Amino acid sequence: MIAVVDYGVGNLYSLASSLKSIGADVCLAGEKDIIKKADKIILPGVGAFADAAQKLRNTGLDEVIIEQAKKGVPLMGICLGMQLLFEKSFEYGEHEGLGLIKGSVISMHGVIPKELKIPHIGWNALHFTENKSDIFKYINENDCVYFVHSFFGTDCTESTIATTEYGAEITAAVQNGNVYGCQFHPEKSGKVGLEILRAFCEKEDVQC
Amino acid sequence: MITKRIIPCLDVKDGRVVKGVNFLGLADVSSPVSLAKYYSDNGADELVFYDITASAEGRSLFTDILCEVASTIFIPLTVGGGINTVEDFDRVLKCGADKVSVNSGAIRNPDLIKQAAMKYGDQCVVISADVKRVDGVFRVFAKGGRENTGMEAISWIKRCVDNGAGEVVLNSIDTDGVKGGFDLEMLEAVCDAVNVPVIASGGAGCIDDFTKLFKTLPKVDAGLAASIFHFGEVSISGLKEELRKNGITVR
Repeated sequence: MIAVVDYGVGNLYSLASSLKSIGADVCLAGEKDIIKKADKIILPGVGAFADAAQKLRNTGLDEVIIEQAKKGVPLMGICLGMQLLFEKSFEYGEHEGLGLIKGSVISMHGVIPKELKIPHIGWNALHFTENKSDIFKYINENDCVYFVHSFFGTDCTESTIATTEYGAEITAAVQNGNVYGCQFHPEKSGKVGLEILRAFCEKEDVQC
Repeated sequence: MITKRIIPCLDVKDGRVVKGVNFLGLADVSSPVSLAKYYSDNGADELVFYDITASAEGRSLFTDILCEVASTIFIPLTVGGGINTVEDFDRVLKCGADKVSVNSGAIRNPDLIKQAAMKYGDQCVVISADVKRVDGVFRVFAKGGRENTGMEAISWIKRCVDNGAGEVVLNSIDTDGVKGGFDLEMLEAVCDAVNVPVIASGGAGCIDDFTKLFKTLPKVDAGLAASIFHFGEVSISGLKEELRKNGITVR
């Protein structure tokens, strides 16, 4: 069973539908016990970092997610969910994340040329790093995925598995062992996105 | 680099697509679900659904259809029509819409955009403006283009963006339905005034109109059309191939 963490941040409808469409057994989970039982975890999220991080902490779900990830349960963060995996974010202040991916989250302002619009909204091409990650096994270099974001992960060279170009090289996806993060929305990225989710769903549970 | 988006627009009334659809190979041409799936499978980058229903009963039908569409297609979905309150945002977002487009609702209640952007984020709020030249001035029209509000369009759109609209759909009443090309002059004025994505609407008659749009105005992010796609005059894959040949980045 795949637990999609439901902590009151954003709409989980599309994500759940997209997972169901590829035959996954999906459960929207807001309770620790269900997340503990899941053999894969997806952490979604839209909105502000500080608010989302606070909600995870208030419910104690942060500890469960970290614990399960450290045990080897495959975990994927999507959009803000990916940013939450980082050590910290500088979105309106400085806030602590889950620390599962080394690096921090910063604004695109000042990084990309002024004439480019922020948020970065739309379909953009993926460029893989040298060792192609297993979650990209069904897709190709330059395949486009759908982005909506104003902040992005930096200082994460070791875990970066894909970038996209938007006036600068922007982190599109990260991986640290069994922990994955996508800045884009696979559930809104048509067939390419579904293939990424499928590859994630096929991952073996290495829980010990 | 970010790609230019091609967006088919579906007008839905009482749960059915209107504006004459003439598709080959689709069993039910006026089913929003099968049409949405067709477009999604054939390269559309996004879909826009407008609810042009007047009755409450029709509106709940639309909500049902929307849920079905949202669970069938996995590309961004924008919904507009009859959005007057934050509760209306809530209603369509819960069905699986990604963005909500406001038009007359924002004219009647200027705080609507601000309230919705604060609750759901700027990326979720689209201002759709129907604009027409009146004595050489761009004016905002309400009620589906029937009523001149008297407001100057560029400053109105700018104000909506300042209030939190994350995207602008500019529908030129002057070029709409004429099929003589997009309203480049009007679009340029809007692109110069705002720094959020601008979607061109009204006037697409052939592939060249899209090429000209993106070549002339690189700041335009997307082209929206209804009938030329519905009638199969232009296929999205054919359009994208032609755009690619002209050096325009598409998915």
